[in-house]
Amino acid sequence: MGYDVDTIFQIAGIGIVVAMIHTVLKQMGKEDWAHWVTLIGFIVVLYMVATIVDDLFTKIRSVFLYIG
Amino acid sequence: MSIDMIQIVGFGLISAFLAMILKEQKPAFAFLLTLVVGAMIFLFLLDYIVMAFQLVETLANHAHINMVYLQTMLKIIGIAYIAEFGAQIARDADQGAIAQKIELAGKVLIVVMAIPIFNVLIETVISLIPG
Repeated sequence: MGYDVDTIFQIAGIGIVVAMIHTVLKQMGKEDWAHWVTLIGFIVVLYMVATIVDDLFTKIRSVFLYIG
Repeated sequence: MSIDMIQIVGFGLISAFLAMILKEQKPAFAFLLTLVVGAMIFLFLLDYIVMAFQLVETLANHAHINMVYLQTMLKIIGIAYIAEFGAQIARDADQGAIAQKIELAGKVLIVVMAIPIFNVLIETVISLIPG
């Protein structure tokens, strides 16, 4: 594949780990910390997704639309 | 080519499984995973789409067709692909309204891109009418 399949496992792993930390922190009674952890994990994943989608759009522009 | 198909199917099955697990814990992450999988499969297919387009371009060159028409056609195909991709992702996220708006935008833009060709067609027809 053009991209590593690792990216998929990375995203799934981050999701599962964040869910785990969220549950543990919730059990400890630190709800606000749990929400911050979720938010930061989400931002990290969103950055990875944005990189790939940006690459896709650049390539589509060069293939279909004759720009760039 | 057949190896590529097996790769894509395996990739899709693995990611579907991961998304299924992730959806119970954090639905937002599952959505992002689906988005990435869609983008990656599309990126993978683009190389082959380029090959098909090169064939079409060679054919058009042999037939001495004006390249503007071919480019417009390819742009329309591109818009259709992108609109479909975006609409499906939005529908996956349970945002049917946004998906329909994306499709509407795609349709409108395709019609607008086809206007020059329509103009040429109408002018040709009018010039054929005597008097």
